Amino acid sequence: MTMRYFLLGFLLVCAMVVSVAGFRGSLSRRPPIEIFPDMDRQAKLRPQSADDFFPDGYSSRLHVPNTIDRSQPVMVGGKAVFPFEDNPLNTGMQPGTPPGATNFVEVNPLPITAELLARGQERFTINCQPCHGAGADGKGATPRYGMVVIANLHDPRIVRMTDGEIFNTVTYGKNLMQSYAMNLEPRDRWAVIAYVRALQLSRLATVDEVPADQLAALPPNAAPTTNAPPTNAPASP
Amino acid sequence: MSDIFPKWTNKLPAYLIVGGALVGSAVVAGAWYYFTPKYTRVGYQPIQPVSYSHYTHVEQLGMDCRYCHTGVEKSYHSNIPAASTCMNCHNQVLKDDPRLELVRESAATGKPIPWVWIHKTPDYVYFNHSVHVNRGISCFHCHGQINKMDEVQHAQPLSMTFCLDCHRNPAAFIRPVEQVYNLNWQPDSATKQLADGKKLVAQWKVQSLENCSTCHR
Ligand code: HEC
Ligand code: HEC
Ligand code: HEC
Ligand code: HEC
Ligand code: HEC
Ligand code: HEC
Repeated sequence: MTMRYFLLGFLLVCAMVVSVAGFRGSLSRRPPIEIFPDMDRQAKLRPQSADDFFPDGYSSRLHVPNTIDRSQPVMVGGKAVFPFEDNPLNTGMQPGTPPGATNFVEVNPLPITAELLARGQERFTINCQPCHGAGADGKGATPRYGMVVIANLHDPRIVRMTDGEIFNTVTYGKNLMQSYAMNLEPRDRWAVIAYVRALQLSRLATVDEVPADQLAALPPNAAPTTNAPPTNAPASP
Repeated sequence: MSDIFPKWTNKLPAYLIVGGALVGSAVVAGAWYYFTPKYTRVGYQPIQPVSYSHYTHVEQLGMDCRYCHTGVEKSYHSNIPAASTCMNCHNQVLKDDPRLELVRESAATGKPIPWVWIHKTPDYVYFNHSVHVNRGISCFHCHGQINKMDEVQHAQPLSMTFCLDCHRNPAAFIRPVEQVYNLNWQPDSATKQLADGKKLVAQWKVQSLENCSTCHR
C-alpha cells in the first residue's frame, strides 16, 4: 500500500519537473541561469554593452579629441602612408586641397594588381551588391523591394567620373547613398573602385579584346569587331 | 517484543533501498539532463526591441554577414551594426514603417538600440571571432543556421566541451574560406569532409589548441 502511494508520488514529482522545466532546446524567453554570476560577470568592460563606469553608460568609447587610431600604414609604390596623412590614398584629392574644395585625383593611387581586383570583387560583393547588383547595373536585390532611387554605375556620367570623386561618394555618401567609410578602409575603397572600373570596362570591350580561347563562348555578333573608340570611354583607364 | 517492531518493518530495508535507488537515479538523471548549457542556453530566444529578421535580410536579400557584422573577420568581437547601417536601405525601403521607429530614432539621436545580447561566454573565457572565421570555421558551427531564423535563437551550447570537441579534431569541421559565410554549404559526405579537412589543416598549419591558457588567459 505505502509502496503504491510512494510510486505514485514519485511519478507525479517527475512529471511536474519535466512539465515545468521542459526539454533541451525548447524556446525560452528568459536569459540562461548563471549560478555564480560574480565569476561569470566580472568588473571588466565588454564591447557594446552597458556599463556604469562612464557617465553616459557606454562601454565602447569614442576617440578622445586630437588622438588617432594605432594604425598600420598602407604601402603605395614603396612609400608608407598612414591614415592621418594628407595623401590621395586617404582623401581622394590632390595633397594640399583646402577643406571644401574638390580637387579630385584622376586615377587610383594604388597600382592595379590581380590581388587588388580580387579584394575589390570580394568587398564589392559584400558592400555594394545588395543595392547596385553583381554587375553594378543598379539591379540588386533591394530595388526589387521598394528602393526607388538607385544608380546604374554604367551610366556614362559615372564612367567618366574621376576615381577621386567615386572615392568621395563611398567615403562621405552622396544624396540618398550613405557613407561606407565605416565598412571599408581606404585601401578597400580603392580596391572596390578598381573593380567597378573593371566591370565598366567589361561592358565597353570589343571582340578583339576577348582572349582567343574564350571567343567560342560568345554568341555571334555579340559586339562590334572594330576597335572604334567607344562613345563613353572611361576617363581613367 | 513483537510490540516494538510491528510486522511491516520487516519490509522497511527493502523499501528504503528501492525508494532510495529510484529517487537517486531520478536526481542524477535530472542533473545530467538539466544542469548543462545544452539545456540552459540552447533555445534562448529573447524578444528583441526591433523585429529584425535574418531570414529576410540574409536569405531573401542575399546579404553577406560582413555587411553588418563588419568586425567579425578583423576583431575578437563581432559587432552588432549601428542604426545608420540599417538606414542605408531603410531611408528608402519601409521608410515610414512603425516597426522601424526605434531604428530611425537611434540613427537620428545616436542613442543605441537596446538589442538583447544572446551568445555570451563567461568573462573568464577568451574567445576570438577573427581567428575562427579566417581559418575556415563557419558561423554555422557555433550559431546554427542564422540565415533561416526570423529571430536569432541560441543554437549551440558553447560550453567547454563544445569548444574542445572541435579543437581536438578541427579536420572534421574546417571548410574552404569562401564558404565560411555561406551557411547553406554542406560537405558532400562525412568522409570527404575529413579528407578535405585534413588537407586544409596541413596547408594552413592549423593547431589543435587544447591548452587551458588558450581560452583562459
Ligand atoms: C543601401 C544601398 C546602396 C549600397 C549598399 C551602395 N549604394 Fe551606391 N548608391 C545608392 C543610391 C540610392 C545611389 C543614388 C544616390 C542618389 O543619386 O540619390 C547610389 C549612387 C552611387 C554612385 C553614384 C554617385 C553619383 O555621383 O551620382 C556611386 C559611384 C556609387 N553609388 C557607388 C557605390 C559603391 C562603390 C558601393 C559599395 C561600397 C555602393 N555604392 C553601395 C545606394 C547604395
Ligand atoms: C542587415 C544586417 C545584418 C546582417 C546582414 C546579418 N546580421 Fe546578424 N545581427 C544583426 C542585428 C541587428 C543583430 C541583433 C539583433 C538580433 O539578435 O536579432 C544581429 C544578431 C546576430 C547574432 C546574435 C548576436 C547575439 O546577441 O549573440 C548572430 C549570431 C548573428 N547576428 C549572426 C549573423 C550571421 C551568421 C549572418 C550572416 C549569415 C548575419 N548575422 C547577418 C544584423 C545583421
Ligand atoms: C541592404 C538593404 C537593407 C539593410 C542594410 C537593412 N534592411 Fe531591413 N529590410 C530591407 C528590405 C529590402 C526589407 C523587406 C521589405 C519588404 O519585405 O517589403 C527589409 C525589412 C525589414 C523589416 C521588416 C520585417 C521584415 O522582415 O520584413 C525590419 C524590421 C527591418 N528590415 C529591420 C532592419 C534593421 C534593424 C536593419 C539594420 C540592422 C536593417 N533592416 C538593415 C533592406 C535592408
Ligand atoms: C567558433 C565558434 C564561433 C564562430 C565560428 C562564430 N561565432 Fe559568433 N560567437 C561565438 C561566441 C562564443 C560568442 C559569444 C562571445 C562573447 O561572449 O563575447 C559569439 C558572439 C557573436 C555575436 C554577438 C556579439 C559578440 O561578439 O559577443 C555575433 C553578432 C556573432 N557572434 C556573429 C558571428 C558571425 C557573423 C559569425 C560568422 C562570420 C560568427 N559569429 C562565427 C562563437 C562563434
Ligand atoms: C568548429 C571548430 C571550432 C570550435 C567549435 C571552436 N574553435 Fe576555437 N579554434 C578553432 C580553430 C580551427 C582555431 C585555429 C587554430 C590555429 O590557427 O592553429 C581555433 C583557435 C582558437 C583560439 C586561439 C586564438 C589565438 O589568438 O590564439 C581560441 C582562444 C579559441 N579558438 C577559443 C575557442 C572557444 C572559447 C570556443 C568555444 C566557444 C571555440 N574556440 C570553439 C576551431 C574551433
Ligand atoms: C577551447 C577553449 C577552452 C580550453 C582549451 C579550456 N577551456 Fe575551460 N572553459 C571554456 C569555456 C568556453 C568555458 C565556459 C563554459 C560555460 O560557460 O558553459 C570554460 C569553463 C571552465 C571552467 C568553469 C566551469 C564551470 O562550469 O564553472 C573551468 C574550471 C575550466 N574551464 C577549466 C579549464 C582547464 C583546467 C582547462 C585546461 C585543461 C581548460 N579549461 C581549457 C573553454 C576552454
